[in-house]
Amino acid sequence: MSEIPTNVRYTSSHEWVRLEDDGTVTIGITDHAQDALGDIVFVELPEIDSELSQGAACCVVESVKAASDIYMPISGVVVDTNQVLVDEPEMINSSSYTDGWIFKIKPADEDDIEQLMDASSYEAECDDE
Amino acid sequence: MSQKTCLFKNHQNHGGKIVDFAGWEMPINYGSQVEEHHQVRTDAGMFDVSHMTVVDLEGDKVIAFLQYLLANDVAKLKTEGKALYSAMLNEQGGVIDDLIVYYMNDQWFRMVVNAGTRDKDLAWINKQSGAFDVSVTERPELAMIAVQGPNAREKALSALPLDVSQASAALKRFVGTASGDWFVARTGYTGEDGFEIMLPESETPAFWEALVEAGVKPIGLGARDTLRLEAGMNLYGTDMDESTSPLISNLGWTIAWEPEGRNFIGRDKIAAEKAAGVKQKLVGLVLEGKGVLRGHMKVVCEAGEGEITSGTFSPSLKQAIAIARVPVAIGETCDVEVRGKLLKARVVKPVFFREGKPCL
Repeated sequence: MSEIPTNVRYTSSHEWVRLEDDGTVTIGITDHAQDALGDIVFVELPEIDSELSQGAACCVVESVKAASDIYMPISGVVVDTNQVLVDEPEMINSSSYTDGWIFKIKPADEDDIEQLMDASSYEAECDDE
Repeated sequence: MSQKTCLFKNHQNHGGKIVDFAGWEMPINYGSQVEEHHQVRTDAGMFDVSHMTVVDLEGDKVIAFLQYLLANDVAKLKTEGKALYSAMLNEQGGVIDDLIVYYMNDQWFRMVVNAGTRDKDLAWINKQSGAFDVSVTERPELAMIAVQGPNAREKALSALPLDVSQASAALKRFVGTASGDWFVARTGYTGEDGFEIMLPESETPAFWEALVEAGVKPIGLGARDTLRLEAGMNLYGTDMDESTSPLISNLGWTIAWEPEGRNFIGRDKIAAEKAAGVKQKLVGLVLEGKGVLRGHMKVVCEAGEGEITSGTFSPSLKQAIAIARVPVAIGETCDVEVRGKLLKARVVKPVFFREGKPCL
């Protein structure tokens, strides 16, 4: 059973989203997603300052098996990326919700987060797969 | 219809993640493909390869038949149990399959062919065998386990039944030995030492657990692919197929041109290709920077364009490697198109890592 914390929101493409106190939004991939991908060996991070719309493919996570696109959960501007992943991409496998975060954005509209799934909806969606 | 090997329950009990492979439900990994890869490079691991097809060929003219059927020459096999790797070509010189053939005795050879090509291989072998009065018998009741790694032989010998173990202890590389219905060969597909063991299905699940007890860990087909790629071994259907000749598939070394009078299927076509000058070859690529190389990515060099046939992230070298079909005049470096960007790669011989050491 994969880990689904209740303090973040989810997309059907298996990203998690967390609103921080400073108004930025942290994004990563879920435990379910990292488990399905297997050993992660490379992350192509998005460019800082790029302005991306909801649903846009913004970076790529590659496991030994396959390359997988990561999509913007909500629209915004990229303000930070997790440089630890450059040399330790496997951090996503070991700590997908904490040290394995991928990038931060300044959201176009903070309220967009409310449209995303909560933990129980996401759990139901994973069960359906 | 998906099929299961006799080890399916063992895979489930050991946490195997099951996927479809050529119509078989096989374990892709048992948790971490990368850990399993290192397990084989540093200690001992085992693969269920029971989905592969074992075919026994018997008859007075079996040697003459195989000299006609295969691009390599079974006349090279002088001692019982000796193995030979060969391509089986069609009349156009394309590769129908790659296989290992074992010389059991003058009237009996055993072939192991790929699971994904079973139907067409058997049809082809049967069609060609008519004139030679050779019997072609599939052996689906035999399972096969590959035990691979620097400690594989020692651990496997401790788990094998005593008589089989004694018969297998002194095996030289690329030689096998039969003990009753068991057949143990010192062959493999990882670039590490080890055995491939054929045995009756009824005894296989218990033997698998005996190997676990002896410290051999189950390894999925995912790691099998990264291990064979590091070892520079072709994968049928990916690195070569019926549309590619062995000469552009790094299989030239497996073609026995001597004796000149040996007429094997496809010989005239590949001889003509050789005489006209071979245009492409398979090389190894090592990505200079970060990223992962994948099959079908475009390769760009001064001599023209090529394509990656197999690519992955090498767990042993910790960088991306690939096998690519490129123009023969390729230089020491090239570019690979990765998601619209050109990334620099080094061109090397397609052998990256064997016997626990880098080959670069």
